[in-house]
Amino acid sequence: MAGTRGYVNRRLHSLLGVIPIGIFLIQHLTVNYFATRGPQAFNDAAHFMESLPYRYVLETFIIFLPLLFHAIYGVYIAFTAKSNLSNFGYFRNWMFIFQRITGIVTLIFIAWHVWETRIAIGFGWADLNYQLMEGILTEPFFFWFYVIGVISTTFHFSNGLWSFFVSWGITVSPRSQKIMTYVSIIVFVAISYVGVRTLIQFAYGI
Amino acid sequence: MSENKMITMIIKRQDDPDQSPYEEKFEIPYRENMNVISALMEIRRNPVNADGQATTPVYWDMGCLEEVCGACSMVINGTPRQSCTALVDQLEQPIRLEPMSTFPINRDLAVDRSRMFDSLKKVKAWIPIDGTYDLGPGPRMAESKRQWAYELSKCMTCGVCLEACPNVNSKSDFIGPAPLSQVRLFNSHPTGEMNKSERLQTIMDGEGLMGCGNAQNCVQSCPKGIPLTTSIAALNRDTAVESFKSFFGSDKQV
Repeated sequence: MAGTRGYVNRRLHSLLGVIPIGIFLIQHLTVNYFATRGPQAFNDAAHFMESLPYRYVLETFIIFLPLLFHAIYGVYIAFTAKSNLSNFGYFRNWMFIFQRITGIVTLIFIAWHVWETRIAIGFGWADLNYQLMEGILTEPFFFWFYVIGVISTTFHFSNGLWSFFVSWGITVSPRSQKIMTYVSIIVFVAISYVGVRTLIQFAYGI
Repeated sequence: MSENKMITMIIKRQDDPDQSPYEEKFEIPYRENMNVISALMEIRRNPVNADGQATTPVYWDMGCLEEVCGACSMVINGTPRQSCTALVDQLEQPIRLEPMSTFPINRDLAVDRSRMFDSLKKVKAWIPIDGTYDLGPGPRMAESKRQWAYELSKCMTCGVCLEACPNVNSKSDFIGPAPLSQVRLFNSHPTGEMNKSERLQTIMDGEGLMGCGNAQNCVQSCPKGIPLTTSIAALNRDTAVESFKSFFGSDKQV
């Protein structure tokens, strides 16, 4: 077969969204949640992550490369869809469109977030500590930018998890897909809470 | 019902494949139990539009008139469906008729569904039993399996699922739900199963079945109630296994 590249890309796109990117997302939100125990706890947790052995290898292969592929191919997928919500206002069609919108929003958010934190730290313009995030999030504009970005990301992951289960043929029957819908809603609410709670901590110290 | 009750239809027309579409409004005398086709026949009998001007009769495709051939599909008040089972009494007025925009338009409401039949050829939606000698009876099919396979066999290639799908469009080469479900049908047949791997390989060509974005409009729209998204999910599983087998395994070589 000559033309299976598109198929393989789509499979890879679906896989990478959950493994490793989805796992990294949960890990990232969890480590950040240490902030709710105070600046010292956050700094310790962040320092632990920062001082992991062969960290650049981990970052490259678990975060940057998969994220880059998922993002670039995702933009292509988003723009090959033709929205038809006006005539087909079904729940899954809404999710289909939201998945594409949140994908683009998340891409913009993550690009900015990586620039402002990881790249700034890499160039030595900033230090990885509680004060860095506090400085960013006490500005109301960026607080809301982060709230939208985080919720967009958690939605994209949760709904993507549902699609992942379908795309890999795990949830085949309508019943299993329906139960997975409920599971994805619970995942969405739970990780959104973790993410937004952390933002509130940085912004308002509560 | 009163004698002079009229129904209003706004029809999106196009004189030939290359010309641009335009709308034309018609007033048609009401009769009891009218469907969209009998209304269109009335226009054909007396091709005069709502302004009283003589016009060309509206052209559409039809066949069985009992929702089993799939030829008369069109977009009626925004919903793709068969015009033979679209009863005027159940439709909001004015009734808006449009051709299914996913397909090339031949004229007025008639579209060219060739891509669907080409897809059926591509995925080999049949059971090969021809040979140079009598191959004898094939393996038996369990009755329970025959019953659910029958549901998949109801597909009439009407095109409604392709029209409803946000990923079947000019920017993508996604084959659409109907032919995919046929792959599942023929792969589940005991004799058809002998070509299972071949059929799966054809839907892994290009983006293949992964072009599906799980909007699931198809299963909501299918006039035959075919579990299209279940078929696609089942094929997602089959192709995942097929990919592993052909990459890591030795099924394709000695």
